[in-house]
Amino acid sequence: MRHGKYPFIIGFLVVPVALYVTFVVWAYIQAFYLSVYEWSGLGPVENFVGLGNFRKMWDDTTFWQSIKHNIFLLVFLPIITVVLALIFAFLLNVGGGHKGGVTRGVWGSKVYRIIFFFPQLLALAIVAVIFGRVFGPDKSGMINGLFPDSWQPWLFLADERYAMGCILVVLVWQAVGFYVVLFSAGMGNIPTEVYEAAAIDGASRMTLFFRITIPLLWNTVQVAWVYLGIAAFDAFALVNIMTVDRGGPDGATSVLSLMIYRNAFEFSQAGYASALGVVLFFLTLTFAWVTLSATRRESVEA
Amino acid sequence: MTTIAKTPSTTARSAGRPPEPKRDLKIATGLSHVALVAWALITAGPLLWVLLASFKSNTEIFLGKPFALPNEFSFSTYANAWSDAHIGRYFINSVFVVVISTAGTMLLGAMAAYVLARYKFPGNRAIYYLFVSGLAFPTFMALAPLFYILKGIGLLGSFTGLILVYIAYSLPFTIFFLAAFFKSLPYEIEEAATVDGASHVRKFFQIMMPMARSGLVSITIFNIVGQWNQYLLPVVIMSGPGADQKLLLTQGIAQISVSAGYQAEWSTLFAALVLTILPMIIVYAIFQRQIQAGLTAGAVK
Repeated sequence: MRHGKYPFIIGFLVVPVALYVTFVVWAYIQAFYLSVYEWSGLGPVENFVGLGNFRKMWDDTTFWQSIKHNIFLLVFLPIITVVLALIFAFLLNVGGGHKGGVTRGVWGSKVYRIIFFFPQLLALAIVAVIFGRVFGPDKSGMINGLFPDSWQPWLFLADERYAMGCILVVLVWQAVGFYVVLFSAGMGNIPTEVYEAAAIDGASRMTLFFRITIPLLWNTVQVAWVYLGIAAFDAFALVNIMTVDRGGPDGATSVLSLMIYRNAFEFSQAGYASALGVVLFFLTLTFAWVTLSATRRESVEA
Repeated sequence: MTTIAKTPSTTARSAGRPPEPKRDLKIATGLSHVALVAWALITAGPLLWVLLASFKSNTEIFLGKPFALPNEFSFSTYANAWSDAHIGRYFINSVFVVVISTAGTMLLGAMAAYVLARYKFPGNRAIYYLFVSGLAFPTFMALAPLFYILKGIGLLGSFTGLILVYIAYSLPFTIFFLAAFFKSLPYEIEEAATVDGASHVRKFFQIMMPMARSGLVSITIFNIVGQWNQYLLPVVIMSGPGADQKLLLTQGIAQISVSAGYQAEWSTLFAALVLTILPMIIVYAIFQRQIQAGLTAGAVK
């Protein structure tokens, strides 16, 4: 049935390709193009500035502040989330000990998993609104409400020392459950004989965790690390909705994504925003490449 | 933290080491539960607090005691959230957009993935990599150009524009995932259908789609959740005159939160949050296994 193959192929591809090229490919090409122009967003694009936007970035204190905050998230979000998720997943799957020759999770592990995972289903924007109130700087905030009446209310997001920490806490809160489920799926694929053999050799739970679970789960951990790193480069919804003065106080929570948005749509600096986008792109790629090559090791097959 | 980390060390597995005292295992299991219950409380606490606060008056909220039961269960906050704060309209807008855009994504994505996975033709790989490379680019980079592209074709601030953009930005992952899936399906049934004279289109809809059901379900759930939770794209696209009637739920809640902040009047916001979260909890309670599988499917591959 060679007959009619090409009309069929073209018929099936034309709409998806057209949509994709118009809204995605063309937009990315334009982003590279606009990054070497100074353009407010109105009128013709004609003021070519070469690397001028990037030079401007070099001298822009907000840019360096934002990079610093992104790096803060990039370091702490993956490590805290992965460690917590690995521990919880291990407890849920293997922590129940060994009865009747079967390795199993603690009692009620299904219920825990259902609860842990739920925040993943909520939009980051909704989570941001909830935690904006959880961290409320007076008695109406959940945490300040829990504190004894004699305490001065903590400012949380309104205090530049802690604001970024609050953002990190929220990102971890939302992410852990997803990775518990992801790691649990991975742990489920590790044959129980492996654990049993180790247990017969007298391995403690600690040894099981570090010598068996982690090496056999390494690929999944790697993927998790990259995903969380990419999430650390975003955080837009949180910063835009939750923080004081959007990115404040005094730039204490400014991140690259927020800078791009504000330059493009509030400061009439579409060219500069595109240049920032190009930087974000290379940072993301570098991060993914560094993570994958730094964590490469002999893959272990169960 | 330290107690959690040490938990596994306090006990060795009982099998193979019968002298191991059973009490130790019990302590370890107990500590495991402490850690797990603590995280469950941290997860559910803020949500429970939102629910309690949604029945309280604004004065009551400012009294502190966040987990105290409300003096009386007042539903007036819910009436405000539904009518004055327009939660109902935002909700319907979100449902409308996500239903159409997910359906569109799945249809177009499956068509493209099928052709790219199972037909040989010049340019096949080039088109496939063009789609997959979209996964490497951060959406933020395209924001400004995207805005002007939509403005140029007059689709800014319209549901049509938003839906088309949702579909376009969902295609890379959908095609990446489904192409791998279609490749893994057996060829024999398709060949038999060809011998029987079935057309290409018929083979796709009547043979391949049903065979790919499990993959389609996973990725459909993935897209529904992803598009339902979008905030950035609606904020950029649903702007301009007349857009305030077309806000999506995520945007709407964020806006209610801002105006609640100006007036320090939180009770309506809490009711709005409950109205947003409750349907998610109901859907999750029914489909939690499929949802967990769908959302993690992408990372496992």
